[in-house]
Amino acid sequence: MGEAESIGLLETKYSRRNFIKGVIAVGATASSAGYFIGGSGLLGAQSVPGAAERLITLNVNGQQRRVDVLPNETLAMTLRYRLNLTGTKLGCDRAECGACTVLIDGVNRYGCSTLTHQVRGSSVTTIEGLENPDTGELSLVQQAVIDEGGFQCAFCAPGFIMSMTAMVNENPNPTRAEAAHALSGNLCRCGDYHKILNCAMRAAELARSV
Amino acid sequence: MIRKPHKDKSDLTLIGTPMRKIEGLDKATGRALFTDDIVLPGMLHGKILRSPHPHARIVAIDVSEAEALEGVHAVITGGDIPIKYGIIPWTADEYPLCIDRVRYIGDAVAAVAAVDEDLAIRALEFIHVEYEELPAFLDPYESLAADGSTPYVHEPKKEGGNGNVTKQVCLEFGEVDDVMAGSDIVVEGEYFFEGSTHAAIEPHCAIGLWDGVGKLTVWSATQVPHYLHRELARVLELDPARIRVIQPLVGGAFGGKSEPFDLEFCVAKLSMLAARPVKILYTREEVFYAHRGRHPFHMNYRMGCTEEGKLTSVNAEIVLDGGAYASFGLVTTYYAGQLLCAPYSMSAYRFDSTRVYTNKPACGPKRGHGSVQPRFAFEVQIDKLAERVDLDPFEFRRRNFIGSNTRTVNQLRITSNGFLECLESVERASRWRRKFRQLPFGRGVGVAGSTYISGTNYPIYPNDMPHSGVQMQVDRSGRVSVFSGASEIGQGCDSMVAYIAAEELGVPLEYVRVLRGDTDFTPVDLGAYSSRVTFMLGNAAIDAATKLREMVQQAVAGEWKIEANEVLLAGGIAMWASDTERQMPIREAFNLAEARFGTLGATGWYNTPKDVHGDYRGGTIGASPAYSFTAHVAEVEVDVETGVVEVEKIWVAHDCGRALNPVLVEGQMEGSAYMGFGEALMEEQIFKSPEQGRAGLHNAPSLLDYRIPTSLDTPEFESLIVESIDPEGPYGAKEAGEGPLHPSIPAIANAIYDAIGVRMDKLPFSPPNMWRAIEEAREVGALGKPAFPGGLPVTPEAAPARSMSSGS
Repeated sequence: MGEAESIGLLETKYSRRNFIKGVIAVGATASSAGYFIGGSGLLGAQSVPGAAERLITLNVNGQQRRVDVLPNETLAMTLRYRLNLTGTKLGCDRAECGACTVLIDGVNRYGCSTLTHQVRGSSVTTIEGLENPDTGELSLVQQAVIDEGGFQCAFCAPGFIMSMTAMVNENPNPTRAEAAHALSGNLCRCGDYHKILNCAMRAAELARSV
Repeated sequence: MIRKPHKDKSDLTLIGTPMRKIEGLDKATGRALFTDDIVLPGMLHGKILRSPHPHARIVAIDVSEAEALEGVHAVITGGDIPIKYGIIPWTADEYPLCIDRVRYIGDAVAAVAAVDEDLAIRALEFIHVEYEELPAFLDPYESLAADGSTPYVHEPKKEGGNGNVTKQVCLEFGEVDDVMAGSDIVVEGEYFFEGSTHAAIEPHCAIGLWDGVGKLTVWSATQVPHYLHRELARVLELDPARIRVIQPLVGGAFGGKSEPFDLEFCVAKLSMLAARPVKILYTREEVFYAHRGRHPFHMNYRMGCTEEGKLTSVNAEIVLDGGAYASFGLVTTYYAGQLLCAPYSMSAYRFDSTRVYTNKPACGPKRGHGSVQPRFAFEVQIDKLAERVDLDPFEFRRRNFIGSNTRTVNQLRITSNGFLECLESVERASRWRRKFRQLPFGRGVGVAGSTYISGTNYPIYPNDMPHSGVQMQVDRSGRVSVFSGASEIGQGCDSMVAYIAAEELGVPLEYVRVLRGDTDFTPVDLGAYSSRVTFMLGNAAIDAATKLREMVQQAVAGEWKIEANEVLLAGGIAMWASDTERQMPIREAFNLAEARFGTLGATGWYNTPKDVHGDYRGGTIGASPAYSFTAHVAEVEVDVETGVVEVEKIWVAHDCGRALNPVLVEGQMEGSAYMGFGEALMEEQIFKSPEQGRAGLHNAPSLLDYRIPTSLDTPEFESLIVESIDPEGPYGAKEAGEGPLHPSIPAIANAIYDAIGVRMDKLPFSPPNMWRAIEEAREVGALGKPAFPGGLPVTPEAAPARSMSSGS
């Protein structure tokens, strides 16, 4: 990491979210102006060029959700603060910890590093979408987590559970080393990896027996 | 408090068995609420402007442009909250926002509240601060040698004093120099423990809500809601009776959230000015600046022993690099010496420890506060002494075992002590006797031991009130409600009180509700620090539940015309001990009790015994009602060409008194060993030097560059629970959350020595540090397998595996 990036007040210029803003230069400029003139990014929406495109339809947990999304907005932000799906956590907001992991078309991805506009037309699954929508029954991975008593503070748990879900779908017969590899993009600071791997192996076992 | 003997294991129905955590379902479904998950109507977002200089005077601040922005509702600077705060009442040295001076890169200067987070970030650019840069102190020894020719980090307390010194402690027990001079062997070593940080995955977050007429509510991801409550009242000059602190679930803490932070004062003040709720969520980078992590320790240890391997005299000189503020530093300075006097006895002991300020983020308490660093040095010293007297390091430790029901050289009272069983457990499980000095070059095993407190004997502010209180209500439905002010940070304290309520009142676990973490309706618990919660909250919960149980037993006994002590409550029923066919549902038993005694509720509390330490100045610091004990064996493989150390496995034996729920105890043991492992091999909270440019800038304030272990890095652990049944702990329990961290680091260091004959006296054992040490050893011909004690390798036949006497 370069020096300038690691100074608190320069966060404004070099944070991941602002980096992403820079990538989508037109949208970024427009939306910043929107904040400045109109106050709230949401309230100022009408004054922003291309505002009509901001109202998009997302497929989240099997439901079509109409939502107003800034061009530079990350999926984690949309899920947490617009759709109130707060099970998806933010631990770093820059692709380091994995707490924001969700499934996009079944693949585990960091929600903090995915632009919401990129997932139009995709199916997004969050921790809230794992239970059976009709019966409320837990998913196999969630059941395994309960059975094995995994996680302590569990702030990282939703991200791990989503990665485990992707792993079990991809490879329901993993070795412990393969499971450790599949979950290595998620950080647990309580150091509960032993039990988390037990959960992953148990989930795979449950998946095989279905 | 009059103590009854603990129940036998056979009389316990739930305690001691594996049980689920009560919030497990919420945590597996994403429903568990953490602070940042809370959104209030009309809520604004706050951001804090931070210093780009390690040391500078604030000449002027102009916030007018920021204030004028539409959508910005409030801007505050230091002058708006001009009272210092600090967790230790005697060393409050921080303003919520700096007033005239900044002391590290990241120090808080101003804060804004705006309609959304992006606008709040932009508004910071419109705050203009004029700084006059000052020379910065980055090296603790330069800080110590300062003569006042440039401004100290803080003003000296006495004229002519060195303002860079936070605290100096020198305590001597016995005639250290005389005893040292009479020792057969003396080993001296210089050790350096690099600082590390907590890196909880949940960043700090707080929400302030001012109701406009005098009531303030603050939600915070804190480990210490009670102390936060007090400091908010004092610093904001509000009536504490009109402040409510709510602690949602906390996403990891490890000591990193155990004092008030700038954001909590800022959300409160901004809310008061804006008349709207205000939330601040730290960025990951800000979490690194907030820090309060492990102090870097520079240590010199001289230790003597007899030819027979009896420890005689210990002399320690320690310099603690404290960073810019005091934090818990006064306590850390004492803990650096006070907590080293067990599990081994010694006849004389002196420590001289000095904490200095530097222009870096403040250090504070991290899991194993104050004693992880000196324990590393101490246990490596023990390994060196054992080698000098040709003893197996296990045998050396056994010969110096301090015993149970005794006093340490610094007069701390030791009650239960399962350290010998811990040693025996890891020795047997690791097959030590077949491995030590016998594995091929490059592979090795190492052992280390330690002790830790089960809660600190005195609260942070002097008072005689209980350390922990619990309130319980019994409902006509059979439900039990537990009101607990303890801080659930992942360790399981909410579950622990539920287990106790279910055990004592005979209800199924799902009949217990724990209502928690809200100063408006829960009794005071001092917080999740110093490994105090199980011991203190557990005793308080037993106290409350026992009062209720006795009422229920009396009521049922009256109905059945039997003695109260013949009534058993378990599994949702009340029954007669003499004829267990005679039963009634617990709900009916509760109804009988309510009819007889009125509405059923009870409070319970715990306070510490006061005769457990010496009466010298500082003797109360390090005193605890009970001590836990731990032993580790680590097995490593070292690649001498690359300097890469692989830790294959760590065997962890821990005396937790009694494992109330062995699943949670194992989790704490593994989590502790994991954290120690990370510090040993990879973690470094370091800062740029002047030569590197941007002096004082954190080298890597991100979770990619500050490397913490992943699922691929973390070694295998084997947890071996030892139960010494403490006479004063709840059902005999002691702590498990911090003690098991300590030996990880020296056990790995000692294993590296066994593998390649190279002593690692400096942390971390990262490839660059390892490689340099290996090359130095190679040059002087010291690279190689160390000799077996006594020079004769023992064959496996000559040393059969020992049988186990206890533990599991």
